[in-house]
Amino acid sequence: MQPQYKELTWQGLWNNNPALVQLLGLCPLLAVTTTAINGLGLGLATLIVLMGSNITVSLVRELVPNEIRIPIFVMVIAAFVTVVQLLMNAFTYELYLTLGIFIPLIVTNCAIIGRAEAFASKNPVKASAYDGFIMGLGFGLVLVLLGGMRELLGNGTFLSGAHLLLGDWASVLEVQVFEFEQAFLLAILPPGAFIGMGLIIALKNLLHPKLEQTFAPQPEKVVERARVTLEES
Amino acid sequence: MQFSLSSSPHNHVRRDTKQVMQMVCLGCIPGIIAQTYFFGLGTLIQILLAVLTAVLTEALIVSLRGKTISAVINDYSAVLTGVLLGICLPPLAPWWLVVIGSFFSIAIVKQLYGGLGFNMFNPAMTGYVMLLISFPMAMTMWLPVQSLALHPYGFSDAISVIFTGYNLAGYDVNQLREIADGTSQATPLDAVRSGLIAGQTYSETLNASIFGGSNWGLGKGWTWVALAYLLGGLWLLWTKVINWQMPVSTLAGVALTALFLNMLLPDASGGVLFHLLSGAVMFGAFFIVTDPVSGSTTNQGRIIFGALIGFWTVIIRTFGGYPDAIAFAVIIMNIAVPLIDYYTQPRTYGHVQK
Repeated sequence: MQPQYKELTWQGLWNNNPALVQLLGLCPLLAVTTTAINGLGLGLATLIVLMGSNITVSLVRELVPNEIRIPIFVMVIAAFVTVVQLLMNAFTYELYLTLGIFIPLIVTNCAIIGRAEAFASKNPVKASAYDGFIMGLGFGLVLVLLGGMRELLGNGTFLSGAHLLLGDWASVLEVQVFEFEQAFLLAILPPGAFIGMGLIIALKNLLHPKLEQTFAPQPEKVVERARVTLEES
Repeated sequence: MQFSLSSSPHNHVRRDTKQVMQMVCLGCIPGIIAQTYFFGLGTLIQILLAVLTAVLTEALIVSLRGKTISAVINDYSAVLTGVLLGICLPPLAPWWLVVIGSFFSIAIVKQLYGGLGFNMFNPAMTGYVMLLISFPMAMTMWLPVQSLALHPYGFSDAISVIFTGYNLAGYDVNQLREIADGTSQATPLDAVRSGLIAGQTYSETLNASIFGGSNWGLGKGWTWVALAYLLGGLWLLWTKVINWQMPVSTLAGVALTALFLNMLLPDASGGVLFHLLSGAVMFGAFFIVTDPVSGSTTNQGRIIFGALIGFWTVIIRTFGGYPDAIAFAVIIMNIAVPLIDYYTQPRTYGHVQK
């Protein structure tokens, strides 16, 4: 993998993760993650919009006057959101109903306009597409993780409602992990989203030093001088 | 005569955090005795479990944070949080409920914010609210006065119900809640609330069996528990562990709001004595509101803080979704404390009031 893409991957999935580090798009992140599948659905929708908008913005970056770039980016994003919304309405109708207002609200997700402004408007198409994909993936993974956590604690299930997104075969994926006498409602209620999110960020910060050593792309070392050492014999 | 020189503050009360916390725990004793006398020994087990979990959690988190465990545990603040939480729980609530609540109080509400002195919210009350919104069923399983209960329970019964859900004779909590005529007895607040929802007027709801014919809205047993906490609270006031501003203003806030609402809506809201002596008002006013960490720190601010807690308590009890509201009111006002403190800074000596 080329160093630029390695860097983009590291930034999008971990070091500059839109959900965990930039804390962008918190509204859908906290509101829809009551189950892993809801998180996955919104994550995929965001990923598609992010890739589409990044590619388009990158394509037109030479043509857009600097003064009105933000409205133009918003129009581009809104167009892709409409496409995704209509697609979800057509093919995953029940999930579309569950996510409700949060699909059109992807337009206002700062992570998307943030990437358009910070990356796509300054970089070529291929890199922008990859950036959109990896940032969307980073966002989506956090959505699924948080959704999975809240679902597990609140309902004792995992991947419930998988058939809404993936088709009827997927109902075999739904697992009842625990049976509660009384569900832990806090996990499903909004405070649970905030507390869960805080714990995930804490975990991220805890793991960061180790992962940085292993995965962070090292800047290429410039060899300044050759060292010659004489071994003692 | 020796003339001793010392720098300010010239404070001669040699009481440290540990002693204050211990004295507040001692102040709870009359209330705990009344509670166990009327509602059985379950409360003692709840307190024990809560204290145990609180201390273990505190030790765990403190060691994770790399501090000396003994210094933190010895201040008794975790013990006090455990005692206060245990008092608030239904006597026969399942063991995991109290463990979750106590863990949440210490780990999330207190230690994540930085430990004693840094927590914005009252740990015991936030833990209680978390349990109340998470497990509403288990948190409303209050028992009838034991002398009226169809199946009074003993100590081993209590342990058995808390850990297995059934007492030694095989009755579950719902059966233990039955009184002699086979119905379950609600708390005074629940009785009035469900009566009002069913379309009765306030004075009609006072015919519920829990009031035993009292026209003042004084619930059997519950009134004595409230008075016992009042006694313990007065002892704390007398020994100057707590200052008078917060409890007095809380009680005044409850009384005035209740009086006003009762004159405005005589059929839909409770009387002054009903509000003062049912639920957690007495306990809250002396043991919860007076928390020195999460409460206001200026004298003027303490009065505002307490009065508004009293106000919100009656408002939420009358119009809100839950029968009792001390915990919610305390949390709401905890959020407002920085604002109250900002506007009630006393004039520094030598400076002019702006």
